[in-house]
Amino acid sequence: MILQIIDICYLVAVVLFILGIKMMSHPDSARRGNGIALSGMLLAIIASFLTPGLDNLILIIIAMALGTIGGLYSAKTVQMTAMPQLVSFFNGMGGAAAALIGLVEYGDLPVDDIGKGSVLMASLVIGSVSFSGSMIAMGKLQGVIKDIRINKILGFLVLAAAVGLAIYVLNSGEPQPILVYLLIFLSLIYGLLFVYPIGGADMPVVISLLNALTGVTAATTGLLYDNKVMLMGGILVGSAGLLLTLLMAKAMNRSVSNILFTSFGTASGAA
Amino acid sequence: MEAIIEYISSNQQEFYVFILAIFVGIEVISKVPTVLHTPLMSGSNALSGVVIVGSIIVLGKTDPANYLALSLGFLAVLLATLNVVGGFAVTNRMLEMFKKKPGKK
Repeated sequence: MILQIIDICYLVAVVLFILGIKMMSHPDSARRGNGIALSGMLLAIIASFLTPGLDNLILIIIAMALGTIGGLYSAKTVQMTAMPQLVSFFNGMGGAAAALIGLVEYGDLPVDDIGKGSVLMASLVIGSVSFSGSMIAMGKLQGVIKDIRINKILGFLVLAAAVGLAIYVLNSGEPQPILVYLLIFLSLIYGLLFVYPIGGADMPVVISLLNALTGVTAATTGLLYDNKVMLMGGILVGSAGLLLTLLMAKAMNRSVSNILFTSFGTASGAA
Repeated sequence: MEAIIEYISSNQQEFYVFILAIFVGIEVISKVPTVLHTPLMSGSNALSGVVIVGSIIVLGKTDPANYLALSLGFLAVLLATLNVVGGFAVTNRMLEMFKKKPGKK
């Protein structure tokens, strides 16, 4: 019975997410849309607390209380001009959370389950990239991190190494905790190399893209648990975020490939 | 390769949901005006904090004697909560200033 109630709560939460995003894309209803999306999220959180066999409740509540205080405090005190940085910071936190879930789950997953294993590797890699990328994007908007010229090929090499490593870990047939840490490390480095060479003015577009990536990790985590609310919510953010990235680039008269694959030094000349 | 194909065919429902959700995501925001780009980005960022559901489950199912997993799970719940709460709060603040703008014009 309780499982059915949880499922229905998740279903309603997904509907509220869709309605919320839809209303957020119209000026008149945008604020109400945010409230509706928030109520969907609260419903999903309450439902997840009903999961049978949940232990460590005190730890969960302490962690949530700390997160709530930190989130509310930083959102209320931030300067209006510094809001994009804060969004980037929060986005990085979501990516990191997804990667951490993957890390904890790695120990429990049977090594011969290649299907779920691939999903887990995707969570680890994309979550870590989203985390380190968001941190760099935040630093750039804040002006703490200067633009540095890095050959983009270096980034692709690191990414290729990470993907190769993930495939090796999957096929090795035994648990490889050290290699999984190395995989996370490589992914973090790729996130840095991905965002470093992009000029500060293009950061909003990059943050939107990283936001879409965090959505994808939420979805892969949902696949891991067969959890529909995470799957739907994550993919919704992933696809809406990707379209938003394209729209934002268009509004700036830039193309996404121009932003991502051209070094910032030459970008102004090419555009 | 076989394992992946088998995974997809045994989880068909999930993959149908996956594909349909992509189209829903694109459809619902396709007419967003430029002024709402940043608030919408912030709002959808808050939604990606839905990983909090996973982090609550992962911490809740962790063996209380496994300290490494406990601390990782604790951190996951903390960070996901930051994403959710901060995300919605900052979106609300953005939309608050948005409301005042039409008066000026």
